[in-house]
Amino acid sequence: MIWQQLLNGLTLGSTYALIALGYTMVYGIIQLINFAHGEIYMIGAFVGLFLVVNTGLNIGVALLGAMAFCMVLGMLVELIAYRPLRGRASRLSGIISAIGVSIFLSTLMVLIAQTNTRRYPDIINIQTFQVGDLQVSSLQIIILVVATLLMVGLQLLVQKTRVGKAMRACSQDLDAAYLMGINVNRIISFTFAIGSALAAAGGVMVGIYYNAVWPYMGTMAGLKAFAAAILGGIGSIPGAMIGGITLGVLEILGVAYLSSSYKDAIAFGILILVLIIRPQGIMGQKITKKV
Amino acid sequence: MDALISQYIDPYYLRILMLIGINIILALGLNLITGVTGQLSMGHAGFMSIGAYTSAIFSMQMGSPFFLSLLAGAMVAAFFGFLIGIPTLRLEGDYLAMVTIGFAEIIRVFFLNFEPGGKAVGLSGIPQNTTFVLVWTLVIIVIILNAKLLNSRIGRAFYAIRENEIAAEASGINSTRLKVLAFTAGSFLAGLGGGLYAHYMYFIRPQDFAFMKSIELLNMVVLGGMGSIPGTVLGSVILTLLPEMLRVVAEYRLMFYGALLVILMIFRPNGLLGDVRVYDLKKKLQGKKVGLWQSSN
Amino acid sequence: MAILQLEEITMEFGGLRALDVVDIEVKEQQIFGIIGPNGAGKTTLFNIITGIYLPTGGKVIFKDRLLNKMHAWDVARQGIGRTFQNIRLFNKLSVLDNVRVGSHGVSRSGFFGSILGLPGSRREEKTIMEKAEQLLDLVGLGDKKLEYAENLAYGEQRRLEIARAMALNPSLLLLDEPAAGMNSTEKMGLMDLIWRIRNEMQLTIILVEHDMNLVMNICEQIAVLDYGRKIADGPPEVVKNDERVIQSYLGAEA
Repeated sequence: MIWQQLLNGLTLGSTYALIALGYTMVYGIIQLINFAHGEIYMIGAFVGLFLVVNTGLNIGVALLGAMAFCMVLGMLVELIAYRPLRGRASRLSGIISAIGVSIFLSTLMVLIAQTNTRRYPDIINIQTFQVGDLQVSSLQIIILVVATLLMVGLQLLVQKTRVGKAMRACSQDLDAAYLMGINVNRIISFTFAIGSALAAAGGVMVGIYYNAVWPYMGTMAGLKAFAAAILGGIGSIPGAMIGGITLGVLEILGVAYLSSSYKDAIAFGILILVLIIRPQGIMGQKITKKV
Repeated sequence: MDALISQYIDPYYLRILMLIGINIILALGLNLITGVTGQLSMGHAGFMSIGAYTSAIFSMQMGSPFFLSLLAGAMVAAFFGFLIGIPTLRLEGDYLAMVTIGFAEIIRVFFLNFEPGGKAVGLSGIPQNTTFVLVWTLVIIVIILNAKLLNSRIGRAFYAIRENEIAAEASGINSTRLKVLAFTAGSFLAGLGGGLYAHYMYFIRPQDFAFMKSIELLNMVVLGGMGSIPGTVLGSVILTLLPEMLRVVAEYRLMFYGALLVILMIFRPNGLLGDVRVYDLKKKLQGKKVGLWQSSN
Repeated sequence: MAILQLEEITMEFGGLRALDVVDIEVKEQQIFGIIGPNGAGKTTLFNIITGIYLPTGGKVIFKDRLLNKMHAWDVARQGIGRTFQNIRLFNKLSVLDNVRVGSHGVSRSGFFGSILGLPGSRREEKTIMEKAEQLLDLVGLGDKKLEYAENLAYGEQRRLEIARAMALNPSLLLLDEPAAGMNSTEKMGLMDLIWRIRNEMQLTIILVEHDMNLVMNICEQIAVLDYGRKIADGPPEVVKNDERVIQSYLGAEA
């Protein structure tokens, strides 16, 4: 029983992790809580759905399509709503702008798709395997594999490539990176693109897994993913992965063994407890104030 | 007095005026925490809901007089502000924001499961004791006390913490203690506003106090100008009116609201009134030149 | 009599030793200079005295009282005021308010006294105001008191920091590179100011400074730090002629 819960938790957690990565990467570079990120995830789920239903594309291609669409959308949001504020406004103005985008995108989606819940058609032949007591669905395997591939890919991108190096430089010190000749605007834009693509992948997979896509699905998922990013230590990429998975597992365990009516409170309760004990998050570094 | 007012003012406008008043009280509370002391709180509606439910239950199930119910709601909210403030106000900026979001969500889920509060259905039949005169009298009192506070030793220390915490401590300011104080006072006002709201609306549900409500209140503080009393009042007026005015665009209403937030932040990144305090206004009136309208970067 | 004793102060940052068993004794009403090349640990020493860092080892004793584990705000209330190397003003407060905030540690009005305007806190407000105006006149900012702090010129900002620290009625004043960024006229004015503060208000001053001319002119006792170690300690003429000091520091500048 516990193993079953752990597996379910791991599946949920890996989708939280995919969304949390976008929060943490953006935060790492421009210290902005991108509240519109949950809406990008929601739109990713819708685009995937649209592609599958209306064009009959293979789900794998639809996933890539949703990722590509959200990449562009993420860059556009940054360009319109955040870039004009950069360097001349307080962090809070950025947050309010992000909230504005979030409201805009979710209501836009309500206008397009109405508020009712939609479902992905049965495109994947879901099989369930029995491993001992454990029931593993093919969908869970797909989600775990895709999420792992994406995270490994991200890690390689950040650690091994030139652009990854530039991203790391920007997260250390934006001004210094600029002085070193890095095109900071392009790197920020790129970061939004990557983060949004990951969120879109999460959206499509959650949409299929829970069989539900609706315009407000981004709000709670976004808040929880942000909680996961903070839990792991915001700004840290491995932290977001660990935070997402921890949160997913603990949430499923909490629902299974405590109470399902407190489902949404469990994640936040854990987060608050962790932060009280370890204010910098699990993987975060203690910041020593320079005087 | 109230009878007179309801005779001459159209019920629709009266309702908007009441909501503006209640929002001013709520936003001034958040202004103390976020605008003045610089501690980003994104869960103000959580404290508001504590005040709303507490006062409603006092009135409905314990038959307490209205003023006592209001006070009880405000005090219980303040108590929770104090309680959550102690361990969390050591956290840096956005971590605190997350904790406040989380706390407000936990409160909401709690009320969703709270039998005496009617669970998800909420409470209805709350006596409609909140009157126009009461709301606006309280608004004036709250504004005066706020202005006095901000122009005092304690208020200056709040600003100092926002501006530079290390330098504030070097001036002998116990920043942890003062942050908890700001948080408690701000939560008190949230609770008071919540009580007024409950006794005006007749009916409350947990979803009235969800994340979006906290955000709405935060918008009022930031839009008007962080830390400024006139700014917060202006922000509350505008953002209460805006959705009403956007009724003409019907279902596009929220979309416009979102877009307007972005546009306002792009053109007035430091809020409409920057950082204007009653104190600065006085200086201006005395003919001294301090950049009243200069936006601070 | 010694007002401040630093005994065997050691400070490590993740294995890196910023201060290595430093002993310093500052006498009452002395103007004491701490010099040394960049990274010698001067500002770290200030941060340890003022309770921002907890030293890895050693004791900070101020007026026979151990300060080590006190919070920064508590240290300030013991009577230690300071300025910062990288100016830390309350930018969006007026010049006057900056100084009034400085009085926080030596005033007492509470929350309710403030909002209700009780007589006690009103009286205190008046004293704070008078004091602030005096101090602003002292540092020559009397006519700028309603400006926002961020709008002051660099040298003025440094003087405002001094006024703010003085509002605490300190018996020990720590100045972290007070002359940085000042031209020579301003430096003369600063020297004069430091002297006047010490003489008129009978307090002890420790300053960290790079300008040798200023340090040698004004300080009665100087400690020299190099890579976290104290390599010399004495009156200016002794320090000036110390072999090790010339080698590691003065020589390099000459």
